[in-house]
Parts: sequence; C-alpha cells; structure tokens
Amino acid sequence: MTEFLQLTVSGLGKGAVYALLALGFVIIFKATDVVNFAHGSLVLLGGYVVIATKDILGYAGAAAVGIAAAGLGALLVERLLISQSKLADPISLVLLTIGVDVIITEEIIRRLGVTAPFLGGPLEGAPLRLGNIVVFRPQLIALIVGVVLITAFFLAFRYTGWGVAMRAQAENREATALMGIRSSWVTGSAWLVAGLLAGVAVLFIATQDFSGAGLGRGTHAIALAAFPAAIIGGLDSTGGAVLGGVIVGLTEAYTAGYISFDFSESAIYLVMLLVLVARPVGLFGTRELSRV
Amino acid sequence: MGVSCGCVERHDHAVLTVTDLTVRYGRAVHALQGVSLEVPDGAVVAVLGGNGAGKSTLLRAISGTLRLHRGTIDAGEITLQGRRIDQLDPATIVRSGVVQVPEGRQVFAQMTVADNLRAGGLAAAPERRAPARERVLDLFPVLAQRRGQRAGLLSGGEQQMLSIGRALMSDPKLLLLDEPSLGLAPRLVTRIGEIVAEINDQGTAVVLVEQNATMALRVAGHAAVLEVGRVALAGTTEQFADSDEIARLYLGGHAESEEQARVEADRAATSRRTLSRWSG
Repeated sequence: MTEFLQLTVSGLGKGAVYALLALGFVIIFKATDVVNFAHGSLVLLGGYVVIATKDILGYAGAAAVGIAAAGLGALLVERLLISQSKLADPISLVLLTIGVDVIITEEIIRRLGVTAPFLGGPLEGAPLRLGNIVVFRPQLIALIVGVVLITAFFLAFRYTGWGVAMRAQAENREATALMGIRSSWVTGSAWLVAGLLAGVAVLFIATQDFSGAGLGRGTHAIALAAFPAAIIGGLDSTGGAVLGGVIVGLTEAYTAGYISFDFSESAIYLVMLLVLVARPVGLFGTRELSRV
Repeated sequence: MGVSCGCVERHDHAVLTVTDLTVRYGRAVHALQGVSLEVPDGAVVAVLGGNGAGKSTLLRAISGTLRLHRGTIDAGEITLQGRRIDQLDPATIVRSGVVQVPEGRQVFAQMTVADNLRAGGLAAAPERRAPARERVLDLFPVLAQRRGQRAGLLSGGEQQMLSIGRALMSDPKLLLLDEPSLGLAPRLVTRIGEIVAEINDQGTAVVLVEQNATMALRVAGHAAVLEVGRVALAGTTEQFADSDEIARLYLGGHAESEEQARVEADRAATSRRTLSRWSG
C-alpha cells in the first residue's frame, strides 16, 4: 500500500509536468491548427538559458529568464514562421515545426557538448517525507506548481477576455475575425503561453530525481511524452490535456514501479494506442486527427 | 421604368461608398466586376440577387475577410465616411465601426450565449460595452433568458438573434447582414425584418443581403440587384416597387408569411410560371 501511494504521488507529480506540456500542445493546436512538434526544443531552450544564466543570476533569476526565453522562443516561431505561411498545408506546417525542433535541439546539444547538466536549485535535494511515504522533491513540487498553474490557466480561459477570444477563435476563425478580434494576437498569445509552460516544465524535467536525464536528448524525449498525453485527452481539449497528462504520469510511475523502468515509456504509447482505437478523437476531443 | 442602372448618384452624407469594385478568387474567378454601391447615412440598403451573384463577396470585401477565402480586390475602392478601408484588416474595420453578421449565423456553438456576446464586445472600448449590452438585451430579451446556455442549443431563430446581437456588441455605425432570413420560418423572417428596422431606427445603417426580396424591400430604402458579379439594377425601393418587371423578375417566389405562401402556391398552380430567375 505504501508503495502504491508513493507511486501515485510520484505519478501525479510527473503527470502535472506532462499536463503543462500537453496544455501547450493543445492551446497551440486550438489557436493555429498546428501540431507543434517543436515543443521539445522549446523545453530545451528554456533549460539551456537557465544553465547559461545560473551563475550570474542565481537559480531563481535564471529560472525566470529561462521561462521567459521558452515563451519568447515559441512566440518567435509563431511570428516568424507559422504566421508567414497562413495558407500553407497543415502537413507542411507540421514538417516546419519538426525542422525547427531539429535545429534548436541540435544547436543546444552542440553547445552543451557531452555534458547533460541538471538544473539543480531547490528541486534537488533529500526526498521529502509525507507520513510514511517518501516523495522526490521535483515530483511533489511539480504537483503543487502544476495544480496552481493549471487552475490559473483554466480561470483565465473561462473568465478573461483572452480566454473568450481563444475559445472563439478555436471554434470559428472567420466569425472571430468578424468580431474585430485580431487573430495574430490570439495565436501569438497561445504560442507564448505554451512556451512559458514549457519553460516551467523543464525546471522539473531536467533534475536528477525526476528522470535521471540531464538537459539533452533525454529531456527532449521526456518532453515528447506530452504528445501522447495530448492525444489521449483529445488534441483540442484543454481539460483532456490535463487528464491525459495525469494518465501518462501515472502509467509511467506504475509500470516503472511494478513492471520495469524500461517498459514504462512503451507503456505510455500503448495506452495512447488503446485510447485511439477506442476513441479516435481522444477522450475529450472533438476533432479527428485526419487534418494533421 | 425609372430605375437607374449601375450608376449610383453621389450623396454627401454616405456612410459607406463602394466604387468600381472588382474582386477575384484565386487566379481567375471574377466574383465582382466594377460594382458600385452607396449606403446613405442611417439608411438600410438591400442587396438582392441569386446564389453566386456576388452578394456575400461584396460583404466580405467590405468587412476585410476576403483574404480568409483567398479572395483579392483587383480594382476599386471602399470608403467609410470618406476614409478608405479596403486595405485594412478585419479587426481595424470593426474598430472603425463596420460589423458583418456572417451567412449561416456562425454563433460559437460551444460557448454560452453570454460568452458569445462578450466575444462580440471585445473589440469595443470598455466603457461602451455595458450600454451596447443593454441595447442588445433590450432588442433580444430571449438572449437574457438563455445567457447561460450553449449557443449551439438555441433554435435557428434564436441563433440568428444571437448572431445579430453579438455583432451589435461593438456598437457599429454600419451593420452588414448576410441573408439573416436564410432557413427561418416565415413568421421569423417577418420578425427579423422588424428587428432590422428597429436597429436602423436606433441610428445604425444596414446593408441587408437577401434572397428574400419581399422582406428586404420592405425594410430597405434603397436596393441594388447583383447579377453575376455586376450591379444589374439600383435605386430606391419605391422605384423597385413601382416596376412590375422587377417584381416579376426578382421578387417572385419568396413568401413572407405562411398565408402568403399559400396564396402564392395557389396562384402558381393556376398560372404555370416559367422558371424564376432566382431559383436558388
């Protein structure tokens, strides 16, 4: 029972991180109809900026700059590339994001050399005890931060003018334009928010106790697990992204704990396949993926 | 017959002036050719014509949404109170006071009625939102009753009212309506006509694109008929009403009430007519 609780809390913590990333996928898809395969490279970008500025700014400052950099990076991808090719085929846009992903990722890995540094900070350190279960810091703090950010996101999405504009544009681009809502403002802000969330996520992913993988291809691979999370929940459902993130996090934790660590990654994709067979649009999705 | 052809007289007080507008889609399809239209201050102008005549294209050109349909303005200009707007983006055009209600209503079906109205008011200055909202709920009390409901669950007529209400949330000087009567029961068509008149009485000019010429001509002061991308006829609605030829060509077949529909059906049965030009 203790092990189960421990795996559950750990899985929820990882799930919160996946949820932040999946939420980014989903809002980009809703705003631009683009599946953003460059998301993993934005995660790396944020982490890289943290590493590069940590010695000068201290951890907190570097974390803030890293988050901002990931957000700005996403915004630039949208402004310089996606928005310039509005009428392009959705498939070319997907390939475009893959190209961006390769360029940013390879450049960062080239700069880091053979090292795959951990970001450190208060997220590293002795595990925390909750009664008789032991939880690693990044998982527990991720769970708290994730709940706060996701709640804030949903409140904004539901109640602010930004949220109204986002939802309107996701439903009907032309009618939204006819309301005088600037579509570039909506899409730009969607990419910015998605990038910021990616910047937050990397603070947890590139730590010793979250994955054992430092900043590098390992981080990139973990960030990609947010993709099945978004698919499971339904690519156009924000609530689904959160649920998908939690499902992926728990699947990973349980399979790693009860079966084998090496099986945990394929388990995520197995769950995704099962969900897609049963419900091709994902659990809460409404749009078929045929247009991707 | 007293109806001028294509040649629009100039008024000093025009809200909107369209001059020699030519629009094409893609490389070759000319949807409009040399179309001119003038909307006098505070007027309702009806634009009539069949499917494919270019009515929606004309509205898209005015609202700046042509590009979303891969259309481009090849020639001509559109001015709003003397200022050119044909180069502006849709958001700027809305902010300068022109709002289009799209064909087929296009409410945000997943969003509540209240959020739909909010979306309509996002482009308006914050201090103008509350009065605009009051005006809309005054015009359409049903929207206040249904404010928490998803727009997709409203009836067709209610959706049309929401679509118009949403457009009025930005307090426009000029409202462009694209076939508001489409798919509605005759009784509702009459109601939509009354609403258009009411909106106009409150000081908003209206361009009313319709296939239901009977309703449109009752509400409008001026009218133009589009035929394959050109203005075939233009004039005041009195001129239109006086002309039997026009009535036969353009106004046949659109019953406005159930009773009228019955009468017309009887008449059609007795005097076998040739196919109406606007059979769409």
